[in-house]
Amino acid sequence: MMPSESVVVVRNLVVKYADRTILDGINLDISKGEVLVLLGGSGSGKSTLLRHLIGLERPLSGSIIVKGVDIGRCSETELNKVRRFIGVSFQNAALFGSMTVSENVAFPLLERTRLVDSTIDKVVLLKLAQVGLVHFGAFYPSELSGGMLKRASIARATALDPEILFFDEPSAGLDPITAAGIDELVIYLKNALQMTVLVVTHELQSAFKIADRLAFLRDSKLVAIGPKDSIANSTDPWVRQFLDRLPDRTSNDKTELLEQLAERLGVRCPKS
Amino acid sequence: MTGAPVARVEEIGRSSLGGVEYLGALAVQFWRSLRGIKTINPFALHPLRWKRTIDEMVAAGVGAVPIVALTGFCTGLILAFQGGSELRKLGALELVIPLVAIGITREAGPLITAITVSGRSSSAFSAEIGAMVMTEEISVLKTMALDPVQLLVSPKFLALLVVMPCLTVVADVAGILAGGFFVYHAVGTSLLLYIRAALDSLYIRDIVGGLIKSIVFATLITQIGCLQGFRVKGTPLDVGRATTSAVVRAFFLVIVADLLFTALFYVVWP
Repeated sequence: MMPSESVVVVRNLVVKYADRTILDGINLDISKGEVLVLLGGSGSGKSTLLRHLIGLERPLSGSIIVKGVDIGRCSETELNKVRRFIGVSFQNAALFGSMTVSENVAFPLLERTRLVDSTIDKVVLLKLAQVGLVHFGAFYPSELSGGMLKRASIARATALDPEILFFDEPSAGLDPITAAGIDELVIYLKNALQMTVLVVTHELQSAFKIADRLAFLRDSKLVAIGPKDSIANSTDPWVRQFLDRLPDRTSNDKTELLEQLAERLGVRCPKS
Repeated sequence: MTGAPVARVEEIGRSSLGGVEYLGALAVQFWRSLRGIKTINPFALHPLRWKRTIDEMVAAGVGAVPIVALTGFCTGLILAFQGGSELRKLGALELVIPLVAIGITREAGPLITAITVSGRSSSAFSAEIGAMVMTEEISVLKTMALDPVQLLVSPKFLALLVVMPCLTVVADVAGILAGGFFVYHAVGTSLLLYIRAALDSLYIRDIVGGLIKSIVFATLITQIGCLQGFRVKGTPLDVGRATTSAVVRAFFLVIVADLLFTALFYVVWP
C-alpha cells in the first residue's frame, strides 16, 4: 500500500485517571484507506485509546487530529462536524433495544439527513444486504444472535457512509465461522467502499487476516507498529511472546506454588 | 484531638460541594433540554421526536389517569373527614366545602399528582437512560453527533409539562367530587348545590397557583429522573440505585419546591 495522507494523527497522547496512567505518550498515524489493527492485552489501554479517538473522552495532554481537527481541544460543534465522517461499532453492538434492526440502521439517516422516507428505506435495505441481514430487518436486537448483532451494528455504523470506521472487538465472543464472516466484511468495506478502518482486538488470527498494519499496545505505550510482515518477523521479545501466545512467567510449577503459599501463611515447607 | 473535628468539617464541605454540583448539573440539563424542545416539530420531515413525545405523554399521562383520579378522590375524602370532625364541633360542617375545594386545588391536587408521577415516571426515566448508559447506547448517540439530552430528555420534558397540569386537573376534580360525596352523606346537600358552593369558594388564582406548582413539579421530576439515569456508571446495580435515588430525590425536591411556592403565593396573593 502506498503511504498516503493521514486521516488520524495522534501525538504524545497522555491519559490519566486519578493517579493511574492509562496512555503514556502515544504517537500514531492512520493513513487513508488502510486497515490498522490495534492489538494489546486486557487492560493495556486500547479501549481507552479508542474512546479518545472517537471523541467520547478528552485527553489530558497531547493531540488527536482527525480530518485536520484537534478533537481533544475543539468545541462541541466542531467535534460533531468531525463525527459526521466517522462510524463506530461498539464491542457489545449497542443497538437501540427499543427499535428494530431496520429502525436502528435508519436512525442516523432520519436524524442526520434530509432524505425522504422511500430513499431511506432503500439505503437501509442496501446496508442490511451488505452485512447479510436483509431478512432480519423487522427483528428486535433481543431476538438476534451475537454475530447478527455485530453485523447490524456495522450496518448502522456505515449508514452515513463514513470515511473512517472504528471497531471495538469485532470478533470477541463469536465462534470462528461467524468471526471469519466479520473479517470478510471488514475487508469488503475497505476494498469496495475505500473506508479507513481501525480495529481494536486481541484476536491474532483475525488481526493478521484483515490488517495492513498492526500496532501493539502494552502497559500504556505503543511498543511496536508496522506492516503485517515486519510485525510477523519481529524480534521484540514481548511482541514475540504475544504472537506465539506464551504466558507470562508466572509459575505453573506445583512445588513452587506450594512454597509461595507456605510463605504467605508463614509455615515451613517440608523439603521433599 | 484535632483530627476528628477537622474531618467532620471536611465532610460537611465535601457533601455541600456535592449538593451544589448536583444542583448545577440539574440546571445545565434543564437548560439544554428546554432548548431542545424547539427541535420537537410535528411538521418536520421526520417527526421522530414528536412521536417519541406522544409516546411519553401516553405512558406518563394517560397511563396515570386512573391512579391519579383514585388518589385524588381518597385525598379529598380524607380532607373532608379530618376537617369535618373539627368543624362539626363548631356546628360549621358546611365549611367543609371551601376547605376541600381550596385545599385540593391549591395544595393536595398538585402534590398528590406529583407524588404519583414521580413514583411512576422519574423511576422509569432513570431506568431507561441508565440502561442505555450501560449498553453504550448513549455513547452511540454521541458518536452520531446527536445530543442525548436533546434526544431523550426534551421529549420527556415536553410530555410532562403538558401532562402534569392535565393530571392535576383530574386530581382536583376527583378530590372535589369526594368532598361532595362526603357532604351528601353527612348533611344531605345535593351534589349540584355542593358543586356550586365549591366553585363559589374558589378564586381563579387558587387553580392557577396549583397549576403553576404542577409545572414546577413536572420540571423537577423529569430532570431528576433523567440526571440519575445519566449518572449510572456501568453496572446493573447502578441502575437499581439510580431508580431508587431518582424517586427519593424527586419526592424531596417536590416537597421543598411546594413549600417555596406556597410561601411565595402566601406573600404575593394575600
